[in-house]
Amino acid sequence: MSTVEAPSAEPAVEVADLATERLDLGYDGTRVVHALDLRLPPGRVTAIVGPNGCGKSTLLGALARVHGPQGGAVLLDGRDLATLRPRDAARRIGLLPQQAEAPDGLTVRDLVRYGRHPHQGLLRQWSPGDAAAVHRALAAADLLDLADRPLDTLSGGQRQRAWIAMVVAQETAVVLLDEPTSALDLGHQLEVLDLVHDLAARGRTVVLVLHDLSTACRHADHLVAMRAGRVVAEGPPADVVTPALVRELYGVEAQVLRDPTSGTPVVCPVRRVREG
Amino acid sequence: MDDRLVVGAPGRGDPAGDAPAAASRLSRGLLWGGAALALTVLASLLFGAGEVGPGRALPVLLGAGDDDASFAVLQLRLPRTVVAVAVGVALGVAGAVLQTAARNPLAEPGLLGVSAGASFAVVLVIASGASAAALGPWVAVLGAGAGCLLAVGAARLRGTGDDPVRLVLAGAALSSLLHAATSVVLLLDQRTSDEVRFWTVGSVAGRDLGTLSQVGPVLGAGVLIALLAARPLSALALGDDVARGLGHRPARARGLAMAAVALLVGGAVAAAGPVAFVGLVVPFLARALVGPDLRRVLAVSVLLGPAVVLVADVASRLLVRPYEMPLGVVTALVGAPVLVAVVRSTRMPSL
Repeated sequence: MSTVEAPSAEPAVEVADLATERLDLGYDGTRVVHALDLRLPPGRVTAIVGPNGCGKSTLLGALARVHGPQGGAVLLDGRDLATLRPRDAARRIGLLPQQAEAPDGLTVRDLVRYGRHPHQGLLRQWSPGDAAAVHRALAAADLLDLADRPLDTLSGGQRQRAWIAMVVAQETAVVLLDEPTSALDLGHQLEVLDLVHDLAARGRTVVLVLHDLSTACRHADHLVAMRAGRVVAEGPPADVVTPALVRELYGVEAQVLRDPTSGTPVVCPVRRVREG
Repeated sequence: MDDRLVVGAPGRGDPAGDAPAAASRLSRGLLWGGAALALTVLASLLFGAGEVGPGRALPVLLGAGDDDASFAVLQLRLPRTVVAVAVGVALGVAGAVLQTAARNPLAEPGLLGVSAGASFAVVLVIASGASAAALGPWVAVLGAGAGCLLAVGAARLRGTGDDPVRLVLAGAALSSLLHAATSVVLLLDQRTSDEVRFWTVGSVAGRDLGTLSQVGPVLGAGVLIALLAARPLSALALGDDVARGLGHRPARARGLAMAAVALLVGGAVAAAGPVAFVGLVVPFLARALVGPDLRRVLAVSVLLGPAVVLVADVASRLLVRPYEMPLGVVTALVGAPVLVAVVRSTRMPSL
């Protein structure tokens, strides 16, 4: 069924410029993110790191317009994201939240088809263009052979690739992934991160929330280190990751080595230090 | 509504030959549902509690038959069948929508107090002086809407606790309360009691097309809203954040779902009284046929809902011949084991 490859070139991804301006975020009176100014390098992989509860997932959700700001703004190509209709925003920015769950029996293809929702409407139902986008996303995630398998029969890495394929099918300029590699073993992590690199190589702006600093250093072009709702360091991983940063972020004394293959920083914790 | 049938010719336009498996699954579901509906409609016209059996009813359908048989088939069974079909569509669609909105395979209008809310509202209004005959469907619709909101509020549908059983417990408590209140009203008021006693157990016997002309537009509006909300609701099955990321507004989708359920259940209750478990059984069967996608489930529920109600209605005529057992009793007899089966299934199917 997938043997006949009609030429279906991916539409050129228009590069998006995503930034925040004095962004305040929070829930029910609790401020989680404070006056954040951030610019995400277009067409690159950015990793947001920081201790649990530092506001990184909240920030990611705000970048995708999942929740609105309490103050300040998220700017997409200089325009306030809150002024866009949700569906228009979803055509530019795709989000995979953490702990996404699917109903029993949902197949990979069914899941990926959800990614076309922002491109559909009452009068604009399923089209050949949608089918082509789903096909491209399945191919990009190397899932064509598994397309009609129920998600719950797949390995963790395959399942995560299927979720990412759903966001890929959205064909957005920005792709936001919240902890896409958590709960995956090393091989499956690389499987997912290779896919992430492919996305950036095709011109998409990719933002990952990661909890492992070394993984972030290895796979991101740009690192944003957050603590208590503020950015404490930002830049290429090799420049910003230092023992002092690790101590400031996690309260851990660590040695920062160089990865013999990639030359990126590798964090080796030594001991916990009292915060202070 | 059906997005599965877009299959391009290989080699042009549609590189994936999109989803033949899903398409065949849906067509198989529609085929089964259609066949079941056709058979049950036929059975509903042929079988009755009275003396006109299939042997005398069949000629009527073929354009012949004696006067007694003609009367039984065309004047009694046909309108009753049409009303049962409408009620079945309403309850099947309402069940599918409610289960998806609540992300809970046990969410059923009869179990959650939605039907009980509608019945209580009707009984209360009749007790306060209105005539049952003059009562439009809106009282039941408002009652169903109130029941919906109460059950959701009690269980905090959108709260952190996603325990499917909790919503059912809250709904069961609400249902019991409303049933008790309904009984109190009926006990205190003899006239109301006579007018609505049979109605409060659910039945399509003796309904005519006049019932349908009142209730039909309400049910039609409910189905329309359900179809409009189907895409966003189906995305809610992936979680609120994913749905928002896909450009949907979860709160609005749930609001539409509640409106659809109130219209459908209210209309169905106005026509036939509370008929429990149809909203549980129908989506359960539909999912088994076509998988979890709401839009496919809705398409198949439209066929299976009437089929299930008709099976129960035919059974209600035959089980205690020459008397009739109320429809609501039959659906409870069939539905309760299904509920137990769902709860007992090794793993609660998540939606």
